[in-house]
Amino acid sequence: MDLVKILTDSLRAAIGVPAAAYALAATGLNVHFGYTGLLNFGQVAFMLVGAYGTAVTVNEGGPLWLGLLVGIGLAVALGLLLGIPTLRLRADYLAIVTIATAEILRYVTRSRALQSLTGGVFGIQKFANPFFDLNPIPPGRYGFGTFNFSHRQLWVMAVGWLTVGLILLLLTVLLRSPWGRVLKAIREDEDAARSLGKNVFAYKIQSLILGGVIGALAGMLLAIDTQAVNPDTFISILTFFAYTVLILGGPGRILAPVVGAVIFWFLLQFTDGVLRGALEAGWLGSAIEGNEVAAIRFALVGLGLMLLMILRPQGILGSREELLTDER
Amino acid sequence: MNAESSPAFQGVAPLPGVPKPDPILVAAGVERSFGGLRAVAVDRLEIQRGSITGLIGPNGAGKTTFFNLLTGFDRADAGTWHFDGRPLQGKRAHQVARVGMVRTFQLTKALGRLSLLDNLLLAAPGQRGERLAGAVLGGWRAQEAAHREQAEALLERFGLAPLSRHFAGTLSGGQRKLLEMARALMARPRLLMLDEPMAGVNPALRQSLLAHIQEIRTEGATVLFIEHDMDVVMGTSDWVVVMAEGRVIAEGPPAAVGADPEVIDAYLGRDHGKAAGA
Ligand SMILES: Nc1ncnc2c1ncn2[C@@H]1O[C@H](COP(=O)(O)OP(=O)(O)OP(=O)(O)O)[C@@H](O)[C@H]1O
Ligand SMILES: [Mg+2]
Repeated sequence: MDLVKILTDSLRAAIGVPAAAYALAATGLNVHFGYTGLLNFGQVAFMLVGAYGTAVTVNEGGPLWLGLLVGIGLAVALGLLLGIPTLRLRADYLAIVTIATAEILRYVTRSRALQSLTGGVFGIQKFANPFFDLNPIPPGRYGFGTFNFSHRQLWVMAVGWLTVGLILLLLTVLLRSPWGRVLKAIREDEDAARSLGKNVFAYKIQSLILGGVIGALAGMLLAIDTQAVNPDTFISILTFFAYTVLILGGPGRILAPVVGAVIFWFLLQFTDGVLRGALEAGWLGSAIEGNEVAAIRFALVGLGLMLLMILRPQGILGSREELLTDER
Repeated sequence: MNAESSPAFQGVAPLPGVPKPDPILVAAGVERSFGGLRAVAVDRLEIQRGSITGLIGPNGAGKTTFFNLLTGFDRADAGTWHFDGRPLQGKRAHQVARVGMVRTFQLTKALGRLSLLDNLLLAAPGQRGERLAGAVLGGWRAQEAAHREQAEALLERFGLAPLSRHFAGTLSGGQRKLLEMARALMARPRLLMLDEPMAGVNPALRQSLLAHIQEIRTEGATVLFIEHDMDVVMGTSDWVVVMAEGRVIAEGPPAAVGADPEVIDAYLGRDHGKAAGA
């Protein structure tokens, strides 16, 4: 088993484009859940409209920037669509409606009726060339030893993490403002916020849209990185991975999604590498087979998460004091 | 303390629904039923501006429900109510608060993972930084600094200043009552509606809360408070309203209400006639 290679592979995954995309998706959930107390179980729907908005627009001949705007516009529309009927009701209604909507949207994009636009089950490929044309990094591989990236990967990573950075900066400003204080008050007790003259519904809608647009950016990033959108990428498990990332980091902390995403992807790749290495070395006998590794690593990550919740329920960045105040 | 000689109430007959010389709140025909239970059926009630009005009544009399209806936290089946001449029925809770009618809750609602200071700052009305655009563009810090000064002064007044940076979730039950009252004051109410502000507050603190309530009135606001402690009600109120089974069954100056045989029957029990009449 080549431990150095496993480690470098894990490090590459920890800072790769999918990690940046998960950090964005989880950042959106942090706005919803961590700061406003909204249970959005359909973050993947926002990712889907972001990705498809971009891919379809470019595929139909539009410029890339327009595609990005369309993706954002669709996320705003989706936020309104989900929020207006549910956010006046009890918290669980949003959860039910969002998870259902995510599934419906996936089936709609997959449907034969829309095949001419969305490509149906085949999706859309090779729409992000204008993005890669902008790459200022000369062709080649960069890094040392097995820890290296292509100029193409580096370009998407740079843009991805820069987006993460800018979003976190914006959120820091917002959440330290009186606006952010109202969101947190709604998270704690929305009737108290109402009794002090805050239009709780309007703030919830704003929160849902803001976090949803950040989710859409995550979808765009994944789509551009792979130069492909496919309906079956956007399944509900993605929402729950984003929650895993958030809870790992500690909801209600600005940096939690970044810390969570880096650790999540590192662990995923690391367990994968170790399992495959052990398999090749014959240490596992016939206990597991190669095609079971992917499933087993998720089971192991789940186990790790359970241990974290037992040992550090507030997440890696969360504060114990804050957690305890909930109990009264 | 306040005898029945409160000048504003001179010549007001102690009858349920009696008109007041200068009412800030007028409610008429307010009704609310839960299934077959008629929780509130108030024919008429006026609250005199600048007074402290105590609202009493047995458990389940409909006092909290009446508060909920007036402040937009529940929907009335029927009725109208006017605040300062402005109709408020059908308005949502935050709109009611914004016109200056601010209530507290029987079961306190401290914002646990916000500091005491943030709990108070939240309540300040008209904050520029509470709009999304304002928050991004900035320009709210001067206003925030002024609010912070007010908030710190209020925390000082309620003896909570040493805890101002702590999470509200760490407070004791009585401290939460204090915090909620301070927070309501931060919203600069014209009518402050307190639902059992003294419940769970120790006797020493009770005195200072009473003093605060009197002070609020002195500063020009009107206070309507629900309370079960008869000594507090009789000692603090200029006027007392009695509810039972959803209706206003009596109102009048504390001494008169305390001596009213119907009230004694419905609520006070035999022992209280003497204490209040003294
Ligand atoms: N949401 C509700 N659903 C059903 N019944 C309710 C509801 N809210 C209040 N009630 C009923 O309405 C009646 C009045 O309740 P309310 O809370 O207003 O009483 P209260 O006068 O505040 O009593 P207490 O002094 O014990 O606080 C009670 O019989 C109560 O059971
Ligand atoms: Mg009550």
